[in-house]
Amino acid sequence: MENKKIIIIGGGPAGLAAAIEANNAGIAPDDILILERDRELGGILNQCIHAGFGLHMFGEELTGPEYAGRFIDIVKERSIGYLCDAMVLSVTADREVTFVSPTEGFCRVKAGAIVLAMGCRERTRGALNIAGTRPAGIYSAGTAQRYVNIDGYLPGKRVVILGSGDIGLIMARRMTLEGAKVLRVCELMPYSGGLPRNIAQCLDDFDIPLYLSHTVTGIHGKERLEGVTVAKVGDDRRPIPGTEADIECDTLLLSVGLLPENELSREAGIVLDSITGGAQVDETMQTSIPGIFACGNVLHVHDLVDFVTKEAYRAGASAAAYVTGDAAPVGDVLTTEGKNGVRYVMPQKLNAQGNLTTETTLFFRVDNIYRDRAVVLSVDGREIFRRKKRFLEPGQMESFALTEDAIAAIRGGKTVTVALD
Amino acid sequence: MSMIKKTCIVCPIGCHLEAEVDGDGKILSISGNTCRRGEAYMRDELTDPRRTLTSTVKVDGAKYDRYLPVKTDGGISKGRLFEAMEVLAKITVTAPVRRGDVIVENFLGEGVSLVAGKTVDSE
Repeated sequence: MENKKIIIIGGGPAGLAAAIEANNAGIAPDDILILERDRELGGILNQCIHAGFGLHMFGEELTGPEYAGRFIDIVKERSIGYLCDAMVLSVTADREVTFVSPTEGFCRVKAGAIVLAMGCRERTRGALNIAGTRPAGIYSAGTAQRYVNIDGYLPGKRVVILGSGDIGLIMARRMTLEGAKVLRVCELMPYSGGLPRNIAQCLDDFDIPLYLSHTVTGIHGKERLEGVTVAKVGDDRRPIPGTEADIECDTLLLSVGLLPENELSREAGIVLDSITGGAQVDETMQTSIPGIFACGNVLHVHDLVDFVTKEAYRAGASAAAYVTGDAAPVGDVLTTEGKNGVRYVMPQKLNAQGNLTTETTLFFRVDNIYRDRAVVLSVDGREIFRRKKRFLEPGQMESFALTEDAIAAIRGGKTVTVALD
Repeated sequence: MSMIKKTCIVCPIGCHLEAEVDGDGKILSISGNTCRRGEAYMRDELTDPRRTLTSTVKVDGAKYDRYLPVKTDGGISKGRLFEAMEVLAKITVTAPVRRGDVIVENFLGEGVSLVAGKTVDSE
């Protein structure tokens, strides 16, 4: 069986950055192998042709392909190993990776360390249980985005979009520019999860109405979608009888959430977090199985690719340290938890004997919109520090770096809590 | 005198901008911005609104059958976005293309270039 020091599963922004950082840490380019399912590197960024990426990493706004291109160039310049059209079938706890590829056939490779960077998938109609028929014309927003931006097909002419996250908003503009009529964007929640500027430049610029507290309750049409029923929802997010309206359309785009894609992780026996849908990791991005690391949207869904890149650099460096034997010994493991409005905290584990520094960062999300609150970090119930926040919302990932005091407390502690006050 | 409200699109913060404008359309004050770019954006919005256009064009001879992502390297007049899309629909480039290659100089006479967003190798 062939051996590789580091195998990276997924050639999107997370996998590319992990590979580059592993190489920076001294792993030879041909000891690294990126396995990518698609025909080219770059992941979802290839179809995100709008601008808005890279403000943190590069201080300028790039399109998705431009952002990915900068990392792809480095991987190619350094001859870091990669294989496209390669579908990973399984990963085992002793780090054996099985994959198939049209050029290599059926392969089994033993890895010194593995970085999971498979990204996420979109939630589908099936997950929403919308009643009605099953005609053509219903797409997840990302599928439609691929058809339009990579394949050059316009999936429909009269469009209703369910979900006002950034992907839904971006697709409203994109379909409009390509000649479709976007009739409305419906949002179940009383607020949009998308950036305010995307409401302005994707909806307001084109007079596309946004219906907050509205959802799709029915789908009509036999072969092709002929219309949808939309209804207002109450505080309980259930449709209010009598508010239904039928809208004639041939296309429904669903932009209703992203789910980390962890089938491989689950089969390998990696412990997953029920809230993030990704692996539980420590501050080095190591999962519950030593030598297997995770980063990017397969770990938890990010708002900005810049943060994916930073996280992946950490995973790549940690994988390199694991292979070369430079990783910190695993000592007492602390658990992190979110309380009182904090939905989750990542990393979920901290190694008390690990290399914790004032650059070690905890990431978290809140479960609702909050104003003028304090975020409090405590160790075993003792408050270590608090940060005032004017505005907190579920769509915005929050973070803070550990302080010297926090690190000292963590070294002798058991549980780290992040809570709102 | 009237108050005009806009959401700033310069960066992800999305400041709520407000401008006081008199009866002749003269800008009396701009507020709500947290940086200078926000003020400049509001001034442009009231006089000459511009948008960066990102879209695709056809590419012949590519290694993989795909469209080429393109963008204007600056804003074009907001009112000309659909006119620009019609021009893009008629453009076909030939692979190989490098990221950053200029496809059309002085696009629509707007003083910006249309550039390739991705390197596409030939067959």
